[in-house]
Amino acid sequence: MEIDPFIFRLSIFILSIFIGYYVVWSVTPSLHTPLMSVTNAISSVIIVGAIIAALAGSSESIFEISNTFGFLAILLAAVNIFGGFLVTQRMLQMYKKKKK
Amino acid sequence: MSANLSALFYLISGILFILALRGLSSPETSRQGNYFGIAGMVISIVVTFLTVGNLGPGFIYVLIFLLIGGTIGAFIAFKIPMTAMPELVAGFHSLVGLAAVFVAISAFLKPEAFNLGIVGNIKLASLIEMSLGAAIGAITFSGSIIAFLKLRGIMSGSPVTFKGQHLINLILGLAIIFLIYYLCISQSSNVFWSIVLISFIVGVLLIIPIGGADMPVVISMLNSYSGWAAAGIGFTLENTALIITGALVGSSGAILSYIMCKGMNRSFFNVILGGWGATDQTSVSKSKEQKPVKSGNADDAAFLMKNASSVIIVPGYGMAVAQAQHALREMVDSLKKNGVKVSYAIHPVAGRMPGHMNVLLAEANVPYDEVFELEEINNDFANCDVAYVIGANDVTNPVAKSDPQSPIYGMPVLDVEKSKSVLFVKRSLSPGYAGIDNDLFYRDNTLMLFADAKKMTEDIIKSL
Repeated sequence: MEIDPFIFRLSIFILSIFIGYYVVWSVTPSLHTPLMSVTNAISSVIIVGAIIAALAGSSESIFEISNTFGFLAILLAAVNIFGGFLVTQRMLQMYKKKKK
Repeated sequence: MSANLSALFYLISGILFILALRGLSSPETSRQGNYFGIAGMVISIVVTFLTVGNLGPGFIYVLIFLLIGGTIGAFIAFKIPMTAMPELVAGFHSLVGLAAVFVAISAFLKPEAFNLGIVGNIKLASLIEMSLGAAIGAITFSGSIIAFLKLRGIMSGSPVTFKGQHLINLILGLAIIFLIYYLCISQSSNVFWSIVLISFIVGVLLIIPIGGADMPVVISMLNSYSGWAAAGIGFTLENTALIITGALVGSSGAILSYIMCKGMNRSFFNVILGGWGATDQTSVSKSKEQKPVKSGNADDAAFLMKNASSVIIVPGYGMAVAQAQHALREMVDSLKKNGVKVSYAIHPVAGRMPGHMNVLLAEANVPYDEVFELEEINNDFANCDVAYVIGANDVTNPVAKSDPQSPIYGMPVLDVEKSKSVLFVKRSLSPGYAGIDNDLFYRDNTLMLFADAKKMTEDIIKSL
C-alpha cells in the first residue's frame, strides 16, 4: 500500500516544529525583536502561493477575480518581505560590542 | 522546471530560513543569518516563476506589484523610528494574515490552478487546509489591526470588556469549526465567505480585552498565528518551503508567548481572557499618598551616581515613550568618565514587545555586552550602589515577592530595592499597569525623581 503524500508533508511539518522549537530557544533574548521581524519576513514566503494564484490560467484570465486576489496578495507579501528583511537588517546593524 | 526539482529548491529555501533563525543566537552571526533568509526568499520566488512558466503579460504585472509592494516596504523599513517597532511588527503581521486569506480565497475560486480539483468538487483535505489557513489568517489580520491601533495609541490601550465576551468568542469559535465541516459537505462558497467573515470578527474580539502592557504576549501570539496560517496554505499548495516556514514561525511565536507569560507569572489563558488592568481599581487608591516619600532633583541624583562605584540602569516602557534612550547613554558615558561601572538590567516583559528595550538601547549605541537579562544580573543589585529606574514600574515592585494577596505575586521582579540607593524617575506616584501601588516608592533608600524621563536624564547630564 502506498503512503499518502499528505503524510510526508505532515512529517515535514511536525519535524519543522521541533526544529523551530530548539532553534528559537537558542535565540538570545536581546534579539527577540529582530526575531519577530525576521519571522515576519520569512512567513511572507506565502508570496509563492500568491504568484501561482495571480498567474493561473491563460494570459487573458489575469483580470479574473481569483487572479486579482493573487495580485493583491503579492502586493501585501512584497511589503512584508522587503520591509521585514530591511528593518531586521537595520536593527541588527545597531547591535555593537564594547569598543576595546 | 519539473515538480521534483522545484520541490528540492523549496527544501533549500526552508533550510536557509532555519539558518536565518539560527543566526540570531548571537549578534555576531545574526547579520549573516539575515542574508540566509533573503537568499531563501529569492530562491523561492525565482523557482515559483520557473515552475509556473507562464512568463507572458501576467508576469509583467506580477513584477509591477512586487515592485510597488517592495518600495512601500523598503520605505517603511528605513523611515520607521525604533520606538515604533511594536506597532510596525503588528502591522506586518496583519499583512501576512491578509495575504493568507487572499491566497486561500483565490485557491477556493480557482482550485484547478493549484491542482486541488474543480469548483464545486475540491479535494476534501484541501478544503480543510485552505479554510483553516483562511480562518487563522483572518484572525491574524483583524487581531493585528487592533493590536496596531492600540500600540499606536489610536485606540485606547485599556482593556475593552463586556458581559458574555468569552461566551461569544466560544460560540464564534465553535461556529467556525462547524462551518468548516459544513463546507466540506456542501462545497458552498457562501459557507466559505462566512468562515472568513466570522474569523475577522473573532480576531477583533480576541484582542480588544487585552491591555497595553500585555501586548508582548499578544504580538508573540499573533506572530505564531501568522505562522500557522502560512503552514495551512503550505499544505493546500503542497509547498515544502511554506510548510517549513509556517512551522518555524508558529513555534517561534508560541515560545515567545510562553517566555512573556512566564515573565509575568501568568498563564497564557489568563492573559488571553484579558482584564488584568481591569482589576478592581478601588483597592488601589485607599492607602495612597499617606506614606512619606523622599523626592529629589537632578543635582541629588547626579551627586549620588557620580560618587557610586557601580550603577545599574533599569529601563522600561516609559523610556520608550519619552524617547530617553539617547540621553540615557550620554548620561552613562559621563558616568563612565568618572570611573563608575554601569550596566543595564532588562526585565523580560519590559516594553511592548519581546526585546523592545534591547533594540532601543542598541539604537542609542549601547554595547550589547553591557545589557543583561533578569537572571544574569539580579544578584548584582545587592552589591550595587545606585539603581536608576527609568520608565519601569511593576517589574521592580517588591510586593511580587512579599505579598501573596497582590495580583502580581510570584512574578519575577528585578531586586532593585537591594541596591544601596534607588533613583526612581517617574512623573507621579500613580500605579503602573497592574493597577497596584509600588512599595519601592516608600522605601528609605528610594529617591523619587518626579519628571519626564528624558528631561530628568538631560538635567542629570548637565549637573554631572
